[in-house]
Amino acid sequence: MSEHLAHWPFVIASYAIGIAGTLGMAGWSWWSMKRAEARRDAAKGKRN
Amino acid sequence: MHGFANPARFLRLARWLTPLFLLSGLVLTGSALAWGLFETPADRLMGDTVRILYIHVPSAWLGMAGWTTIAIVSLVELVWRHPLATIAARAAAVPGAVFTAICLATGSIWGRPTWGTWWVWDGRLTSMLVLLFLYFAYIALANAAQRDGQIGSGSRVTAIFGLIGAINVPIINRSVVWWNSLHQPASITMGKSAIDPVFLYPLLAATLGFSLLFGGVVLARMRAILADIQAEARLRRRAMTSEALGEGAVAGSGAYGA
Repeated sequence: MSEHLAHWPFVIASYAIGIAGTLGMAGWSWWSMKRAEARRDAAKGKRN
Repeated sequence: MHGFANPARFLRLARWLTPLFLLSGLVLTGSALAWGLFETPADRLMGDTVRILYIHVPSAWLGMAGWTTIAIVSLVELVWRHPLATIAARAAAVPGAVFTAICLATGSIWGRPTWGTWWVWDGRLTSMLVLLFLYFAYIALANAAQRDGQIGSGSRVTAIFGLIGAINVPIINRSVVWWNSLHQPASITMGKSAIDPVFLYPLLAATLGFSLLFGGVVLARMRAILADIQAEARLRRRAMTSEALGEGAVAGSGAYGA
């Protein structure tokens, strides 16, 4: 650590990648599950 | 375990477990990250960059846990032909790949201020990168198998690939012991920890929170894949029925016309 880099930009970048990746994946999974189940119910002829 | 291989029973359980895992995971992960970010002190050697630990370590654990899940359910698929095993393996692949990518990205960011470099081709980093490529190959194979309609009968090639790829998991784990590495050796082993409790407790909370999120995502993806299969089957059945009725009508008109 001889360069004396400021630490917080590295910490913030890591948290941004981790949080955005996790939330994006969780949201996309939930949304695609709801869409697939709605498609299945429509194929059954069931109203949502 | 055989009882849970029934899709109807699985869906009954998954319907309330999915939101439970996702919500509890979100709350626990958010609290643990806030705890690590604002409440824990800076490390004597690594300074504030030690806070990257609370993202990096759970991601690494889940990247490896994802492939271990794939290997176990692939074995179940090959031996017992459980209908849900193929679906579970496919569902675990995407979150496993995402957490492996997060682990590599945060590790690289952590390496710059700590080691003075973004990347080194040592055993730990390289084997983790290999794991990411294995995930990409697995996802491509599973998608190809699904396109060929093998999801119901089970794609044996995908399952065998899932089992063979598991060789990389112990290599990642032992890489810091087998080869010289900039990466530190394991700080947490079975029943022992070299990490001070002030860092350890938020790390354990973050790991549990991310694991719950992983479980919720796997369940949501399993439900989505199952719903897709059921919708396809229904549409195909309906198309076959209307085709058969159409043929019947034509044959009928022929008979009346004769």
